[in-house]
Amino acid sequence: MIYLDNAATTKTGQVAQQAMVACMEECWGNPSSLHTPGQRAAEVLERAREEIASAIGASAQEIYFTSGGSEADNQAIRSAAALGRRQGKTHLVSTAIEHHAVLHTLAALEKEGFTVTLVPVDESGIVKVADVEAALREDTALVSVMFANNEIGTLQPVEEIGRLCRERKIPFHTDAVQAVGHVPVDVEQQNIDLLSLSGHKFHGPRGVGALYVRRGLPLFPLIEGGAQERGKRAGTENTPAIVGMAAALKEACAHREENAARERKLRDQLIAGLEQIPHSALNGDRERRLPGNVNFCFEGIEGESLLLLLDDKGIAASSGSACTSGSLDPSHVLLAIGRPHEVAHGSLRLTLGEETTEEEITKTIQAVEEVVAYLRAMSPVWRQLQKGERAYVIQ
Amino acid sequence: MLYSEKVMDHFRNPRNVGEIENPDGVGEVGNAKCGDIMRITLKVEDGVIADAKFTTFGCGSAIATSSIATEMIMGKPVEEALELSNRAVVEALDGLPTHKIHCSVLAEEAVKAAVKDYYDKNNITYDPKIFCGLECGSCHHHGE
Repeated sequence: MIYLDNAATTKTGQVAQQAMVACMEECWGNPSSLHTPGQRAAEVLERAREEIASAIGASAQEIYFTSGGSEADNQAIRSAAALGRRQGKTHLVSTAIEHHAVLHTLAALEKEGFTVTLVPVDESGIVKVADVEAALREDTALVSVMFANNEIGTLQPVEEIGRLCRERKIPFHTDAVQAVGHVPVDVEQQNIDLLSLSGHKFHGPRGVGALYVRRGLPLFPLIEGGAQERGKRAGTENTPAIVGMAAALKEACAHREENAARERKLRDQLIAGLEQIPHSALNGDRERRLPGNVNFCFEGIEGESLLLLLDDKGIAASSGSACTSGSLDPSHVLLAIGRPHEVAHGSLRLTLGEETTEEEITKTIQAVEEVVAYLRAMSPVWRQLQKGERAYVIQ
Repeated sequence: MLYSEKVMDHFRNPRNVGEIENPDGVGEVGNAKCGDIMRITLKVEDGVIADAKFTTFGCGSAIATSSIATEMIMGKPVEEALELSNRAVVEALDGLPTHKIHCSVLAEEAVKAAVKDYYDKNNITYDPKIFCGLECGSCHHHGE
């Protein structure tokens, strides 16, 4: 199996597995308990907090463990909104290409009386700092811009947007789920006030994530109950998962540069190979993208059938087609970069990992070529395009 | 698994792919914008469907439903082909996930559109009510 869906999830690494098993064997106590087993668990929990903090240039007191990226996004946004409301600020700024954990939270807040501005992105899938600046108002309570897009991998100008927000004293949140462990992330240098991360995107376990909150910025709990996480997130801590996440992130950061360099090289080979397919187009900026992300549209075919046939050939990929999302519309990200519906349905995302080999890339290029040609041969849309009865969208 | 073995069989080994030259009836339904288009061409001899072929732009179940639909109408009198229901297509495929039912509707509509074209070309009179629904566009469920 050639696994090219690392943006969906990564295989839990050996380092994380070992750390988790050791934690379950030796540090299984409740960190809130005062006895020795409890305090042993509390110790590893705090060590994990320090490790996560140091990976993003934060301090341990600024890290809150959550059930994952979605919870972190929900809490960051709802918390900033609640703070804003107290100050009479009810305007929220974000982008059109955010993850649904952000977009749906914003939509829910809109129903609760907030006004939301979603800044568009250009054709390359990158938001313009000037457009974010133009969207800011006196009553803006939060700016939330993702670090790296989960579909097309584009890296957003978070540092500049963060600076802009800092100057205006507006809290700045970034969903860095796809970025942490893969590209340099530093909350100090990049002017970030709130940051979401998720364990299973860097070979840690799933069901665990973290929210970074800059010291001094109030945080409100989503889950009420006990005093865990300094009263900001009730519920007994998932210590093994937290410890596994910290171990995985430490490992990812230690090898980040070499992994990124390898992935970038393979990524560019894959892009060059897929570009040879007629009427195909890369989605997202060529340079400013995650080291492991490749996303293409192929005209005249639909993404789900492409995925199923690739799976038959032993290649695991994903698509932004409506059929794969279970919704009726294709990916909002592909629509936001200007791909028309009919082309957005024919998208393919291949996300590399540190285990991806050159041989796998060569095989993948060949398999995609074959499957695209096969599906086009049975596509009435492709026939119309070839006969000139329909105009090509991708030249 | 999202799909039944029968769906995967018809998706992996689609029957009757292609386009009949000089067909007696052509039916094309769906919308590229919605992500699925089906085109069925028919050869009719003595009022019986002698051949049926399809091309489909769409997901796995769109390909499977069009494949099985061509199989189900082959050798049948045209009037019988008109009775092919989306429910029968779903049953023949051992079921479809709820959000894929519209693919079977599209297959039924493609067959009906091809038969209507055959009737129109041959000046065969029919009750227009049979084809009511086709004109509404098969994309209604996409809420455009």
